[in-house]
Amino acid sequence: MRINWISIPAALILLMIPSLSAAQDSVENLTPTDDTVSEVVTEDAAAEKTEAQPAAGEPLLEPDPGLDTPGVITVQDKPNNAGDQLVVTFEPAVNPEGIQCYNVYRRIVGEVSEDAWNLVKVIPADEPSEFIDGYDPEYPIEPGVLYEYRIASMSLEEVEYFGPVYGAEIAAEGEWFHTSKVRLLIAGSLFIGLIFYYFGKAQRGTKMYLRPIAGIEAIDEAIGRATEMGKPILYVPGISTISDVATIASLTILGRVARKIAEYQTRIIVPNYDPIVYTVAEEVVKQAYLEAGRPDSYDQDSVFFLTQSQFAYVAGVNGIMMRDRPATNFYLGMFYAESLILAETGSLSGAIQIAGTDAVTQLPFFITTCDYTLIGEELYAASAYLGHEPKQIGAVKGQDACKAIVMSLITLALVLGILDLVANTHTLDWLRNLVTVSIVE
Amino acid sequence: MKRTVPLMIVMVGGILMMVQYFIPHQYSQVIFNNYLEWAPIVGAFALILGVGSLTRLHTHKIRRKAQNWQYSWAVLIPLFGMPLFALIIPQSLGGGSDVHGVHDFLFMHIQVPIQSTMFSLLAFYIASAAFRAFRAKSALATILLLAAVIVMLGQVPIGDVLGKWLPNTGLWILRYPNLAAKRAIMLGVGFGMLATNLKIIFGVERNWLGGAGK
Repeated sequence: MRINWISIPAALILLMIPSLSAAQDSVENLTPTDDTVSEVVTEDAAAEKTEAQPAAGEPLLEPDPGLDTPGVITVQDKPNNAGDQLVVTFEPAVNPEGIQCYNVYRRIVGEVSEDAWNLVKVIPADEPSEFIDGYDPEYPIEPGVLYEYRIASMSLEEVEYFGPVYGAEIAAEGEWFHTSKVRLLIAGSLFIGLIFYYFGKAQRGTKMYLRPIAGIEAIDEAIGRATEMGKPILYVPGISTISDVATIASLTILGRVARKIAEYQTRIIVPNYDPIVYTVAEEVVKQAYLEAGRPDSYDQDSVFFLTQSQFAYVAGVNGIMMRDRPATNFYLGMFYAESLILAETGSLSGAIQIAGTDAVTQLPFFITTCDYTLIGEELYAASAYLGHEPKQIGAVKGQDACKAIVMSLITLALVLGILDLVANTHTLDWLRNLVTVSIVE
Repeated sequence: MKRTVPLMIVMVGGILMMVQYFIPHQYSQVIFNNYLEWAPIVGAFALILGVGSLTRLHTHKIRRKAQNWQYSWAVLIPLFGMPLFALIIPQSLGGGSDVHGVHDFLFMHIQVPIQSTMFSLLAFYIASAAFRAFRAKSALATILLLAAVIVMLGQVPIGDVLGKWLPNTGLWILRYPNLAAKRAIMLGVGFGMLATNLKIIFGVERNWLGGAGK
């Protein structure tokens, strides 16, 4: 069955558009039930939030004359979450004298037992009287459940003076769309769309130029060198898990490299750090030998699991380098502190070394010690370079187009920055606000 | 079938995860958490395969009396000895709850020092790598050397003594040219990841499937 792949992301994006409009109102409308308190609820507040009402049938506790107690408690649903958080605000005591802190208690509406009250927050008297309830995993907020609150003023002698009980008429609800991720959705859709546009373009047969990358072009030469010397080739797929994109990129390159190695009848050694990566790597190499028409040459001991301990793995790989003296070492994938130890040992053993990683902190070590280094995105592009498949090349061109958009925005920011300096305007702020996405809420 | 089923699982899972990112609702979170919980379960089974692979490799070496076959015992004995001590003889021969077991003793007094030794090699390798990187063979290498000297002196107290300009210039190098280069790499990595993920989700890249990919 032939599938039009372009139609799938297009349908996906189309499906996402209604979800934008259907984004749930982040705050629930609530109807105050108690006339005495509803007087202080403004119309805006009724739409946005509600003041918690004194619970029906619950006798209001008179505050101890010795210590003032907090006033009205307001409860709001926190938007853009799974319905597991409430924003609780209260009016601090008018006379804070002698108050050490406020103890906030919560229980489910309908529960009458005093033991049902859970202390969910202790707020020092001089701190803001607003907090997000639901962070404490011991007392989680359940979606759709109504809660009531009461706050006690704690004296310096650690005596609690309770204020009235307020039953929140609002329950926490999860939203179906994260409204603060709209910009990410637009940018993501644009970039995905561009990549698919180039997929399609490449599939239609448009010739595309890829700039040569020395590290990738050297792969053939490195395999040839090992063949001539009659020595094995060591391939290290990094020390990350299969969920790391760099590891997946490394395994796709391994398939291409192993096929060439099988054609040249050279020995390959693939020590693995992660057991899942090992199982995939074994399949990849086996298939490469099959494709090269040499399944009988495949040695099942060539791909193996070594250890999941970082420095034990380094010791093991270094041992292989010093004993077997591979002619070529590939380090492709995700690396951490072991990168330099591996590459230096490989350098001492006299092997030609090709490295590639997207770990920015490890790149200087590889650049210093290896003959060729694939920097960042080149690791992801290597598979396309080696395979020469149109769609793969299209993906690389799509990446370039995405980068061109970002470069244009940077150039625009530069121009606007200069304009702001010269004309004393604030155009750069406009651009900054347009593209900035808050990472932490 | 062998190819279609894994590809469909990847496609559905990949699209689900993409959409899930924009949905904070509890149902979406439950699906996401369930998905994450599967990973360690699969990993546990894969570990059995991994240990099996290592055992097979070294038993082959011992049986064939391959070169350096004696070292294979150094792998196999701890490989099975450590779990044995942890599970069967958890307490030391002396007994008592305050006394650590043989496993703990071997871990703390053999494995940890060996690992620390390996890590400490890094200091020497950094020195030799720095020596190689900072040789002023060309104009660009000289600039690199100068920048490195300024940044390094700017990070230590003597830099302050030599002149305020040293830490300030070092900071400027780190904050502007260095950060710009790092961000450029990270940007490329981000787009590379996006493209690779799309290739895998939509079946353009199938090498990771091994035999099932063809």
